[in-house]
Amino acid sequence: MTGAMTTLAASTAPHGFLSPTGVEIVFLLVGLATLGAAVVTVTTKQLVHAALWLVVALGGLAVEYLLLTAEFIAWVQVLIYVGSVVVLLLFGLMLTKAPIGRSPDADSGNRWAALGVAAAAAAALVWVVVDAFRTTWIGLDGDAPQGTTKVSGEILFRHWVLPFEALSVLLLAALVGAIVLSRKRDKEGER
Amino acid sequence: MSDTLDVVLRLLAVFVVFLVLPLVIGQTEHKVMAHMQGRLGPMYAGGFHGWAQLVADGVKFAQKEDIVPAGADRRIFQLAPAVALLPYLLVLVAIPVGPGNAVGQVVDAGIFFVLAVMGVGVLGSLMAGWASANKFSLLGGLRTAAQLMAYELPMLLAAASVAMAAGTVSLPGIVDAFHWWWVPWQIVGAVVFFVAGLAELQRPPFDMPVADSEIIFGAYTEYTGLRFALFLLSEYAGIVVLCGLTTVLFLGGWHGPFGADGLGWLWTLLKTAVLAFVVIWLRVTYPRLREDQLQKLAWTALIPLALAQIALTGVVKVVTQ
Repeated sequence: MTGAMTTLAASTAPHGFLSPTGVEIVFLLVGLATLGAAVVTVTTKQLVHAALWLVVALGGLAVEYLLLTAEFIAWVQVLIYVGSVVVLLLFGLMLTKAPIGRSPDADSGNRWAALGVAAAAAAALVWVVVDAFRTTWIGLDGDAPQGTTKVSGEILFRHWVLPFEALSVLLLAALVGAIVLSRKRDKEGER
Repeated sequence: MSDTLDVVLRLLAVFVVFLVLPLVIGQTEHKVMAHMQGRLGPMYAGGFHGWAQLVADGVKFAQKEDIVPAGADRRIFQLAPAVALLPYLLVLVAIPVGPGNAVGQVVDAGIFFVLAVMGVGVLGSLMAGWASANKFSLLGGLRTAAQLMAYELPMLLAAASVAMAAGTVSLPGIVDAFHWWWVPWQIVGAVVFFVAGLAELQRPPFDMPVADSEIIFGAYTEYTGLRFALFLLSEYAGIVVLCGLTTVLFLGGWHGPFGADGLGWLWTLLKTAVLAFVVIWLRVTYPRLREDQLQKLAWTALIPLALAQIALTGVVKVVTQ
């Protein structure tokens, strides 16, 4: 898979927006499929189907990372999101006995507020990315591929160690918080 | 052109391995269980040692009617066996069998690729458990999910320990860096990885998600014929993948006392076969654990052991450098 990909990426020598290369076209198509899956995820009335469409959307994102030669990020995306987060979601859905077929109450009154928040978040993210990179062209092929494990590791642990460690402390705090919350509920249940 | 041919040939080879090895393990399981437990059934078909039992099973599965329960979610019910089986095919592509280029496709972040894709296979069981519209299936699906969440972590930690030792996350790179003294050094990690892998495959003694005597094969209760056979096949393919991975990560793959050049792939196959035998042996020997015992084993034994292994790896690594 990656072999075919690098040969595709190698053909991106003359770059421009009017003569898209194979890899750019694939990127766009996968992006459209991902977007479609994401829209179905939030609009379908069948709860478990929503979770499974989420798998498609997250898998599509992983493919996008692959096309950008960020192999490590792509596999971690699959490992964490598809392998763990979605399994957790399905576990929750099964515990609550999600019905087969439509759930009549799978309709939130907050949908317009949610749409507004989603649009604002998307606008902020796009703005940040566009503002940060402007017209910078990052070559995907060449001597030092940008997305390999080695490069990711070096960047993460040389230049971004402090944010990385701060993030892990944040996650630890969340973990401890979750334990505290669940223990408290246990005590109330005993009474 | 020769590049394309090379890729096609490699993928074809992986596909052949994917079709053959799981069946070989299935056949071995029949025979080993028959000998160890004095089962007479599997020893008759075809005459000598019941060689035709597997063929008979295949014919039986192919003849059965393919039934989808009326209350089931048809599409997800039918899709589930494929979701369970295909990830193992993908994983086989990345497992190196010999030195040099004897691998379906070199994947840069091999360990992550393998563990990530193996985790996807579990979605098949979950889909089957929910879509069958059967309470036993639902229980099986719940147990599968609970088991996966308990076992993903120690498995990852054990694999991370080897990656630290080798200084790379690529599978061929790890085997290249192997020395014989890695075996005693990483033995705890190896055991954790193997046990966690058994639990992920839902093999005895960790087979409470399928537990035929309490919840009637769990997520697979409603399946018949070829779709059921696909689930069984995915279990055997999972054994191949788990044993192959343990060989590559912890037992040095193609390294052996002699004949490492040229015959290295034989060492890989031999180690994998011995591990597969152990998997079958465990099935015959041990009773099934309860779900809570399994969770307790994972969270109070395997994860601390895996963390201790990582600490040991780190200390040795720092001291020897």
